[in-house]
Amino acid sequence: MTEPVIKTEKLTKRFGDFIAVNEISFETYPGEIFGFLGANGAGKTTAMRMLCGLSIPTSGKATVAGFDVYRYPEKIKKNIGYMSQKFSLYEDLTVTENIRFYAGIYGLSDRDIKEKSAALINQLGLQNEAKTLVASLPLGWKQKLAFSVAIIHQPKIVFLDEPTGGVDPVTRRQFWDLIYDAADKGVTVFVTTHYMDEAEYCNRISIMVDGRIDAMDTPANLKKQFSANSMDEVFYHLARSAKRSAD
Amino acid sequence: MDAIVLSNIIKTYNKGTVKAVNDVSLSVSKAELFGLIGPDGAGKTSIFRVLTTLLLADSGTATVDGYDVVKDYKAIRGCIGYMPGRFSLYQDLTVEENINFFATLFGTTLQENYELVKDIYIQIEPFKHRRAGQLSGGMKQKLALCCALIHKPTVLFLDEPTTGVDAVSRKEFWEMLKRLKEQGITIMVSTPYMDEATLCDRIALIQEGKILSVDTPEKITEAYPGQLYALKAGATSKLLKDARAYPAIEDVYAFGEYLHMAFKDNKNDSQGLLKYLHGKGHADAEIKEVKPTIEDCFIRLLKQ
Amino acid sequence: MKQLYTFVKKEFYHVFRDRKTLLMLFGVPIAQIILFGFALTNEIKGSKIIVVDYAKDVASQQLITRIGASKYFEVEKSFADHNQIEDAFKQGKIKLAVIIPQNFNDDILHFNKAQVQVIADASDPNTATTLTNYITNIVSDYQSSLTPNQKIPYRIVPQIRMLYNPELKGAPNFVPGVMALVLMLVCTMMTSIAIVREKEMGTMEVLLVSPFKPVFVIISKAIPYLLLSIINLIIILLLSVFVLNLPIKGNIFLLFGASTLFILTSLSIGLIISTVTTSQQSAMMASLMGMMLPTMLLTGFMFPVENMPVPLQVLSNIVPSRWYYIIIKNVMIKGLGFSAIWKETLILTGMTLLLLGLSLRNFKNRLA
Repeated sequence: MTEPVIKTEKLTKRFGDFIAVNEISFETYPGEIFGFLGANGAGKTTAMRMLCGLSIPTSGKATVAGFDVYRYPEKIKKNIGYMSQKFSLYEDLTVTENIRFYAGIYGLSDRDIKEKSAALINQLGLQNEAKTLVASLPLGWKQKLAFSVAIIHQPKIVFLDEPTGGVDPVTRRQFWDLIYDAADKGVTVFVTTHYMDEAEYCNRISIMVDGRIDAMDTPANLKKQFSANSMDEVFYHLARSAKRSAD
Repeated sequence: MDAIVLSNIIKTYNKGTVKAVNDVSLSVSKAELFGLIGPDGAGKTSIFRVLTTLLLADSGTATVDGYDVVKDYKAIRGCIGYMPGRFSLYQDLTVEENINFFATLFGTTLQENYELVKDIYIQIEPFKHRRAGQLSGGMKQKLALCCALIHKPTVLFLDEPTTGVDAVSRKEFWEMLKRLKEQGITIMVSTPYMDEATLCDRIALIQEGKILSVDTPEKITEAYPGQLYALKAGATSKLLKDARAYPAIEDVYAFGEYLHMAFKDNKNDSQGLLKYLHGKGHADAEIKEVKPTIEDCFIRLLKQ
Repeated sequence: MKQLYTFVKKEFYHVFRDRKTLLMLFGVPIAQIILFGFALTNEIKGSKIIVVDYAKDVASQQLITRIGASKYFEVEKSFADHNQIEDAFKQGKIKLAVIIPQNFNDDILHFNKAQVQVIADASDPNTATTLTNYITNIVSDYQSSLTPNQKIPYRIVPQIRMLYNPELKGAPNFVPGVMALVLMLVCTMMTSIAIVREKEMGTMEVLLVSPFKPVFVIISKAIPYLLLSIINLIIILLLSVFVLNLPIKGNIFLLFGASTLFILTSLSIGLIISTVTTSQQSAMMASLMGMMLPTMLLTGFMFPVENMPVPLQVLSNIVPSRWYYIIIKNVMIKGLGFSAIWKETLILTGMTLLLLGLSLRNFKNRLA
């Protein structure tokens, strides 16, 4: 049995009387694509923050990449990758400068930085754009670049917060090709999305409702469980009864 | 008379280097629910801004409710409702204050047009003393919709109203739009979500400033060239790689729990494919014929 | 350590790729050094003064010649009586007057002592003190030159009278200056920020697509700040009267009228700034950097404008606060009426109308 990359036990976060995350327990394994779904306000972002070492839980246990979230949040940050939809790359730096910057921040050696930057640019086919400012790249390319930069230091796990919002269907699939590649190399991919078909691309899914995890299984099993034809129906079934709709 | 008409609209930015809208022509009938479907950067917002008289196109003409967007912009501004891309109401005013402000701006009151917005307003009424900035994403959209409707516009422009909103709230929103349409309001909506396309009367697929196709969702899917198949097996990622390598396949891509694929020259080689896949270790592979969705059509049109 | 270096490198990229910030980083210090270093000086040269000579004798001629020869003064003698001197002071034409009494020479020769009256405009106490010191030195030089071998020295005593501000308090000088600075900065900055905020948040889009005329957007932004500035003004005046003991000598309504005009001028500058900036941050920068420096240096309350090189004097004419400062000083400190300030009022009115016209023309009816 392989060691779980994430292990949580009754993880909870309270803000005063408000329980944002309510005793969630789950595990994820190396090379797994884990979909973290839920309506706005269900507690996804808060949960992710705790797992990234950005916020200390109120109670419960959690380890990420082998480190306890209470005691070693800094070590966790060194061993994970993170990509959010709102920001990932600096618009006024070039492609190469962005790659070098993040590689440097993640602590790669000078030689590694050179090697990996070149490899990344080749893999994405950005040779002609290496010296272009990121601001001039189309959205799809930005997202693909951001993802590759997020895993340039070969972390055990990468957190993706709605990475494909607003991107055209072809680029979305190219993005998922990159996710599959990473997973094949043993990186655990922890992704949230509003696209229900992307839920199908995951190995397992959890759906948060009102701070709790109300369902967690493979897409196929969830559909059986809720007698649904699609993940859309499963989600609708669960989220519809949610009491909480405030962000 | 059509409610909205665009003729050969071209709009560029940055001294002509960025062609946001590239010779777009289309028309929308009265009381039609029209969807502008395309990813970010396709030109949807620019088209909206030209129609709501906020931007001048480089060339081409456009009319809204018969009024020219350049010459009669004042008339247009008095009779349309507009919900721009991000939440653009006053975060530090309450729900009630926002609605009253916009009602007064248009020379009306909430009471006057209450029937029109009742369905939506009822959902946010319990929060009417809460500051708009503290509402959830779904509530904000509902508030913004109320404020856009408060003066009984004849044409409603909604720029990506469901972006970033979860699946359940999105469904609710579209149901509200259908009911509005029944009241005779022409509605033009833009969205990057392909699955919302089927909820419209007619749609335009747009990418990089160009219209790929304009028609009813049914006709667009019917126009899909050839037959589409769905392929399924246990290990999706490996299946994708193997299927791509098979020579008789024109195109194959992931689509939820299936792979969608088309054969070259529409020559059905299902048997050969299955044999090949079994050989590659996909013992449980199955193929079936499926009807294409809007997303499949979009992908096909993009690749042309 | 290496991470720190990587981060620093990135920050340099950001700085050098942002032209506007770069301009401010280097441009402002350079401008300041040049201005402060070369142009602004506390030394006062070439001040216009009046000498009234009742004596018309040898000694008075000698004294007047010395005064005229000094680089500090330009003598305009001619006035015959005191009232005309008062007028000259009121109009701000002169800052100092020297009156030589009858029998000046006789007094020196026969009584070994004489007097000279010196009247200074003390509404700017620093200038007044400096000028009277110059005169005192010249007089005492003259005095020494007369008696190289005398056993009993001659004594020529300047009788100094400080007009408008006998106690030489600093307040009469800087309170009007501060009023100008505060009203200008607050109105300009707050108005421009309020309008640009709508642009930045996206609510401007929704406002434009409505029957509400854009000009009313501007007016509705300006009105709250107009009212708040008047309240600000009242507070400043109350503080200066009751805490700093600086009474308001002139007509209060005139004071408020002129101040309201100046507030409108500042609001129009804020409007113009809002039509050319797109973010609240750049609106604030433009208001602070663009207005603070000229207002502080060229209004005339820190450094007298008359003593700056001609190009700067010309430049100071377009700084509205300069004219407001004169109006305030005349009304509040010198207690004068409208006749003394009509010229400045006209200039301010003209500026306001011009700025308002420009900003209305620039105000974009569309997003681009």
